[in-house]
Amino acid sequence: MNNARKNEIKDNAFKVFALVCTSVGLIVLGLLLYNIISVGLTRINWDFITNLPSRRPGKAGIYTALLGMIWVVTLTLIISFPIGIGAGVYLEEYGKKNPFAKFIEINIANLAGVPSIIYGILGLELFGRLLALGNSILAASLTLSLLVLPIVIVATREAVKAVPGSLREASYGLGATRWQTISRIVLPASFGSILTGLILAVSRAVGETAPLIVVGALVYVPFAPKTPMDQFTVLPIQIFNWTSRPQSGFVVNAAAAIIILLMFVFILNGFAVFLRNRHNRRVKY
Amino acid sequence: MNKLEAKDVNLHYGEKHALKGISMGIKANSVTAFIGPSGCGKSTFLRCFNRMNDLIDNCRVEGEILIDGRDIYKNRINVVDHRKKIGMVFQKPNPFPKSIYENVAYGLRINGISHKKYLDETVEKSLRQAALWDEVKDDLKKSALALSGGQQQRLCIARTLAVEPSVILMDEPASALDPISTAKIEELIHDLKDRYTIVIVTHNMQQAARVSDNTAFFYLGELIEYDETSNIFTNPAKEATQNYVTGRFG
Ligand SMILES: Nc1ncnc2c1ncn2[C@@H]1O[C@H](COP(=O)(O)OP(=O)(O)OP(=O)(O)O)[C@@H](O)[C@H]1O
Ligand SMILES: [Mg+2]
Repeated sequence: MNNARKNEIKDNAFKVFALVCTSVGLIVLGLLLYNIISVGLTRINWDFITNLPSRRPGKAGIYTALLGMIWVVTLTLIISFPIGIGAGVYLEEYGKKNPFAKFIEINIANLAGVPSIIYGILGLELFGRLLALGNSILAASLTLSLLVLPIVIVATREAVKAVPGSLREASYGLGATRWQTISRIVLPASFGSILTGLILAVSRAVGETAPLIVVGALVYVPFAPKTPMDQFTVLPIQIFNWTSRPQSGFVVNAAAAIIILLMFVFILNGFAVFLRNRHNRRVKY
Repeated sequence: MNKLEAKDVNLHYGEKHALKGISMGIKANSVTAFIGPSGCGKSTFLRCFNRMNDLIDNCRVEGEILIDGRDIYKNRINVVDHRKKIGMVFQKPNPFPKSIYENVAYGLRINGISHKKYLDETVEKSLRQAALWDEVKDDLKKSALALSGGQQQRLCIARTLAVEPSVILMDEPASALDPISTAKIEELIHDLKDRYTIVIVTHNMQQAARVSDNTAFFYLGELIEYDETSNIFTNPAKEATQNYVTGRFG
């Protein structure tokens, strides 16, 4: 057997191996999805979305959990985005490149890998007890903000770093100030990638359960939250609760809620991909 | 009085001594060419005139650089205002990822000018001066990134002209361009001379000979010879200059 033939076999073998690996992931995901959809799809209707929780599975809905999630996520965005983008821009554009900055940089990257339950404990102590926010939406949002801040900061830094120095030089060369350069050139040029990072941060916040349980999200909330100081629950917690009930009706409910949660995350991610592609087509440098 | 004047300028990038005691004067409304082998410090010196080197960490400048008799490295000078008077065109075209119109209007907008009619007029005038108007007048709203390299470079020149600087620094403005675009830019330099003081870095000896009044030859961070262009090319005082312009090294 000559060398070319050997290489060809190796090549094909690797191709098959890669294909198998991909298939395993896809098949498992497909089975899970199929399972959930076949159980839960028929349960989804308008009542399911607008009903309050109930002890009877047939009457129970996800209204409070959905609303709680929207409250928590929206507040998290409002808190974490300005801070995260500001910090990212500062570190990249203003911060001096000294050992201290390096130290901070590494630690921010590390923070992104800290288990979320730790953030929950921190949030409970800091926001729940010290600031006496209790188990309110605000306490939960602040906690989740801490959790997603590293993601937002790192995404912003990467996006800002990718803007070529030649564009900055052109701007400074025309007599622009640093802030004008950042606000008119750097941020618009990196907008797409920052947005992608932000949406990933949202997806992360949507799916988090552990820190919210620690902070004190309730399992049973019979009313829709109206202010940031109200108590709340979120979809993942509702799902968790339903799956641990003995009645089979609740399992169906859980599957239906999972479908809605997945749709939420898929739509967000799809939106992120769409924005990035559109932006990349418009702005290539 | 010279428009631009450098007095014993030394520049270090960290440990590296990139410019060694350079002194020279440049007259108003003249074209001066900087020539010399790659890495000899032409760009570095050019960037001293609009303090572009400030943007580089660990870059240190000593000596004096005077513009209209004022030292621009003195503390009291406002760098941002100063850069408005010194336009710069870079080696690689670097249009902003914005429309053609917004590229040219950028320098005005950052000065708070938003009067539509004035912007329109300035954009047209600048694009005409840069010999680009006829090619783009119908799609000013199009992205500047859709232009060809040569068009982009002329757009960058128009963008610089729009803020009406008194000095234009050009760092190899034609190095990435085809002969036709290059000819257009050389013609442009010729036209602009009446109103601007132009300094151009080039690796193209014919180009230096064609467009410039004076030529400075740099080698390893030193200014070897600075004289009228005709002298540099036909009758240089130094042997190194002779060797370089005749293509024997560099
Ligand atoms: N940002 C920088 N940091 C450190 N050293 C630099 C930097 N920029 C340039 N240098 C060094 O300074 C010297 C002069 O560089 P410069 O870019 O001015 O050369 P040049 O004459 O413009 O060359 P070319 O014709 O290739 O553009 C080179 O040795 C280069 O390595
Ligand atoms: Mg150079």
